[in-house]
Amino acid sequence: MSFINTFMNGEEGLFKSDTLTPMQKLTLRFVVVGLIYFGFVVIEGMLMRLYEVKPLPFITEPQFFAILTAHPLVGIFGSTYSIVFGAFLFLVPFLMKKPLWSIKLGNWTLILVAVGTFIFWFAGFVSHYAPLYTLYWPLPADFTQFSVWGGTFFIAGIALVMVGSAFFVINIFKTITYTPDGWEKQPSKALLASALGITGFRNLFTKNKKEHLVPLPVAAVARGSVDVALNTAIILFTGVLILVYMVAAIMGFDLKSTAIDALLYKNWFWWGLDLIADGLVLIFVAGTWYLLAMMISGKPLFMQNIARAALLVELVVSWTVWSHHLLSDQAQPAILKVVSGEMVTAFELITQGLAFFITLATLWSARPLKMTNPLKFLLGGLLGFALAVPAGIMQADIGLNRILHNTQWVVGPHVHVAILIGLTMTLYSAIYLLFPILTNGAKVYSQKLVNVHFWCHLIGGVGMGAFMGMAGLKGMLRRSLYLNGEFNLMMILAAICGTLLLIGFLAFFYNIVMSVGIKGVFGIFTPSKIKTKELVPSN
Amino acid sequence: MVDSKVVLTGQTLAYTFYCIVIILLVAWFAIKVTGKGKGLAVKPAIFYTFVGFLTVLGVSLHLITFNTIPWAEMDLNRSDYKPDKTFVIKVKEHQFIMPSEKLVINVNDKVLFDVQSEDLTYGFGLFRNDNSMMFQMQVVPGHRNDLLWQFDREGVYTIRSTEYSGPKGVFMILKDAVQVIPTNTTN
Repeated sequence: MSFINTFMNGEEGLFKSDTLTPMQKLTLRFVVVGLIYFGFVVIEGMLMRLYEVKPLPFITEPQFFAILTAHPLVGIFGSTYSIVFGAFLFLVPFLMKKPLWSIKLGNWTLILVAVGTFIFWFAGFVSHYAPLYTLYWPLPADFTQFSVWGGTFFIAGIALVMVGSAFFVINIFKTITYTPDGWEKQPSKALLASALGITGFRNLFTKNKKEHLVPLPVAAVARGSVDVALNTAIILFTGVLILVYMVAAIMGFDLKSTAIDALLYKNWFWWGLDLIADGLVLIFVAGTWYLLAMMISGKPLFMQNIARAALLVELVVSWTVWSHHLLSDQAQPAILKVVSGEMVTAFELITQGLAFFITLATLWSARPLKMTNPLKFLLGGLLGFALAVPAGIMQADIGLNRILHNTQWVVGPHVHVAILIGLTMTLYSAIYLLFPILTNGAKVYSQKLVNVHFWCHLIGGVGMGAFMGMAGLKGMLRRSLYLNGEFNLMMILAAICGTLLLIGFLAFFYNIVMSVGIKGVFGIFTPSKIKTKELVPSN
Repeated sequence: MVDSKVVLTGQTLAYTFYCIVIILLVAWFAIKVTGKGKGLAVKPAIFYTFVGFLTVLGVSLHLITFNTIPWAEMDLNRSDYKPDKTFVIKVKEHQFIMPSEKLVINVNDKVLFDVQSEDLTYGFGLFRNDNSMMFQMQVVPGHRNDLLWQFDREGVYTIRSTEYSGPKGVFMILKDAVQVIPTNTTN
């Protein structure tokens, strides 16, 4: 097959978008949107990496900080949320063996997340609105520094993403509990209790133990979705609060920023924000590891009941750990610093360690395994969290936080290694596993490119995190600039590793496009010709 | 009091060692799980031992640091200490407003930095000449932001905001604003 032919029609012409069900198309749309926004994030990240070495003439300082503000939000909402939502809207009905409750609502989730992300990204790009994702009060309402109109569109964009997130949560819980047309009545309450872990909890105290009605990965999705819902409520409420100040400013009123207590706001916002970083991400990832391990090995999950209980513990832990972000706030009560900031946070070492062990033990039970693409990326994802979680536990310590807070250590070995290696490689594993199911048997164009992607991503991500961490240990702050080249050696090395990440992503993107063809990519976004609620074609 | 640089060196060594071990472990697992051999179930005893190990590790980390990092206890109980000197520093419109041009401190003095923000959330950090960090804290408007620190050696330090407060915050640097001198050469 010629290059042009493959480029247009995909590898061996196997991918035919006309054969896709509405559910397959929905999931693939999420993946495409997520990967495009991941491309945004990689390019933005590279621009910032280069800027940290030497300011680029075409980027002003306000623009640098606008990129710094948009970068994590595009990464989490535009990319990760898209891919995760798409995967779970497919996997939950797949595992529950019934159709998604509403494909229409699923499409609205996609539209709101994609459009909302573009609006806040574009608002930041044009107006340089840059209060960072932390939005420490009263910075988001500081109109001496930032455009009120830019801020209004920025916050409105975030709000759209949150509405899309709420639709996702509704769809997940309705799918778990509803009764499809023509089916025997489903035990909604019992299904919900099983999904949330109430059944398992009751089983601890009764002799008549009830069976779990939902599979373990679905329980993980449900419990992670609780954190999505809570996080959505917090961010929406905060957005409305900021919008009140913005609308007032547009109408010529100057509301007093001191009306809101900055520390209380910080606690409130971190409680909600941490439901992502220390809540839904960890729970979703653990659930995905379990599913991947079972599908790759073909074996039941090792210590299944413990795994299920650990997911519930993780959910409760995620509601009580936020104070580790306020260990350097001297007005924060000491009891919160010690109990929430240190002790409860240390539980994440245990829950994530359990997930790590259980996944490896499940794989071990099926040896010898073939080193498939899903397996190698899964091992990469496991390594990422094994590196990043202890780094986080170390900084969540009253003594060490005094010399680590807001340094590159936090954002390098902890945040970037967790997201780029732990989370993203887990998602890549899921993408490679689901690829033939979602495409009705399309073939990956080049295994060599998969390997290039794997090694560039792994070495680039770990390397970048390591060099950022070394700079942090030498005192380099995050959220700042060093214009005299104080940390150039580490920043150049981090930029080289960032380049590897970019090469890896380009190899992956090119490989996927060549696998399904340009016609196939566009075909994903046209309405399905098959009128069915089934996940995959029936024949 | 032990210099924070010593603590960082210890942390660097410990984390580097851990990283090497865990990378080698995952690499070993990747080779073994795809190599020749038979799939065997892992014994629950190994699992429970691992859980116990994680529990001990998670709890002991904070106990160890609390008892070995000298400023941890002093920080949590700072109201029980009487500072040898107190500096009140105000922050407003991305400027540090200092009580004097240079803050002079004697070696071994316990110094209280009381930093008050009049508008945004800032940070307050002390940095050595090689740009490494001595310590930092957040400076939240409307709240008390005080940090007690004991300087164990002579030196000249730069004050820098350690929290993002908008693009102007990058320039919140007071070079060589703190000087620690031998005991009994002032006052």
